[in-house]
Amino acid sequence: MTATAEPAQAEQKQRKSGFGRFARPAIGILLPLVLAVSWEMAVRTGWSNGRLVPPPSVIYATFAELAKTGELQRHALATLARVMAGFGLGVMSGTLLGALTGYSTTMFRLLDPTLQALRAIPSIAWIPLFILWLGIFETSKVVLIAVGVFFPVYLGVTGAVRSVDRKIVEVGRVFRLSGFAMVRRILLPAVLPTYVIALRSGLGLGWMFVVAAEFMGASEGLGFLLVDGQQLGKPAQIVAAIVAFAVIGKLTDWILVGITAPFLRWEDRYNAAAVED
Amino acid sequence: MLTLDRVGKTYPNGVHALDGITLDVAPGEIVAIVGGSGCGKSTLLRAISGLDTPSQGRVLLDGEAVTQPHEKIGMIFQEPRLLPWLTVAGNVGFGLEHRPRRERDERVADALARVGLTDKAKVWPRELSGGQAQRVAIARALVPRPEVLLLDEPFSALDAFTRVDLQDHLLTLWADLKPTLVLVTHDVDEAIVLADRVMVMRPRPGRIFEEIVDDLPRPRDRQSAAFDFIKRRVLAALDRSLAKPATIDDTQTKSSEGAALWW
Repeated sequence: MTATAEPAQAEQKQRKSGFGRFARPAIGILLPLVLAVSWEMAVRTGWSNGRLVPPPSVIYATFAELAKTGELQRHALATLARVMAGFGLGVMSGTLLGALTGYSTTMFRLLDPTLQALRAIPSIAWIPLFILWLGIFETSKVVLIAVGVFFPVYLGVTGAVRSVDRKIVEVGRVFRLSGFAMVRRILLPAVLPTYVIALRSGLGLGWMFVVAAEFMGASEGLGFLLVDGQQLGKPAQIVAAIVAFAVIGKLTDWILVGITAPFLRWEDRYNAAAVED
Repeated sequence: MLTLDRVGKTYPNGVHALDGITLDVAPGEIVAIVGGSGCGKSTLLRAISGLDTPSQGRVLLDGEAVTQPHEKIGMIFQEPRLLPWLTVAGNVGFGLEHRPRRERDERVADALARVGLTDKAKVWPRELSGGQAQRVAIARALVPRPEVLLLDEPFSALDAFTRVDLQDHLLTLWADLKPTLVLVTHDVDEAIVLADRVMVMRPRPGRIFEEIVDDLPRPRDRQSAAFDFIKRRVLAALDRSLAKPATIDDTQTKSSEGAALWW
């Protein structure tokens, strides 16, 4: 009974080091690289004129130019700030209501139908109303993003809390936990893996909604760069903004995973090694 | 003193699980409850723990009614039920959250030493074997120093060697703090090794059918004739509790048929 499987596990962990550590994530960059190089070749060889779909070199030049004038940073930061504010707001309200409805069946019966009905409204449909209520400036944008982030987080938390193993909850009850203590010490840790997934989809939606928010009128932000590029016929600027979205979006997701990973080390999961890489 | 006063339980769906269970358990006493499956043993334990409330009668601890989980009543389940997001030490100290950190650390270290898992303090529950995990569960239940410890088939998921080992271990731990133990089991040997009294229950609805006093001197020898004698009495009572014709003579026959039939 004292013998366990851990020595074998530790050995396996040690083995994946050196080359494999860097080579494995690098595989992910192969496909975009091949596509970029082929497109560049296609334009260089004159097979396409690259006017509407600019080749990587032109996009890079646009990037460099935007970065040199400091415009790229200004726009990216404006967008990032909106996403973060909206994400924070959405996560807070989503977590709070999710935990509440997950913990209390009464609250679930009371609130969930309304929230589900609100969820059925395409969030973009709120834009005119938000502008009327909150003005054309930052508040309406942040609120719109928060609405987008709220639903995946709320759904994730309430669903996960409601499906926490009864046996684990009973352990909490034996130790006389209830209310907030039960949520904090049993329910939230138990749903953490699901919660992280909900946060990630929330963040993704946040990035989606920031564009919608910036389309509705903004003087800065990556969304503004998109509109500006369209109106002035600068496809390279549009693609540059899109690439910036991809990079920053992926980066924030990566940071989110990085921040939460230490809290999930306890997980006993299938193929843990593949995710940890 | 733990007192059950005509405890009965009828579930909302009409199942009558327990009926008129009256039992006094003295402080430091070990009572084992055995019975066929579905006889309400676990329901009874849940009623004592306050996880479920009885529909008739009362559970009293030192004269005070138990209607919800009580700080002086600890529980060990059939599965370890460790919280996977806490280390072994975190699990053991789970019931001491409100204590100062120093005291908590000391008591956790002490409890881990008692169950022989000091070196596992920092590991995750997923890295433990079944027996180790159940020892952590025992430590977790004992650390708040309960007056009454309830055990719901605590060793039934373990292999025979580990089970015997943990039974002895439990007795050692019990000897330190002398909590009252109420143990539900379907392992007759386990009941006789551990208990001062063995309560045999009969099903539909669950009632106490027979009480067998087990006053063998400790430590108990599982191979002794006296042990075997009590075992045969318990098996015979189990047989009768299921209203079958007795296949075992209380005192004479050496048949083990009862063991094969009663559950």
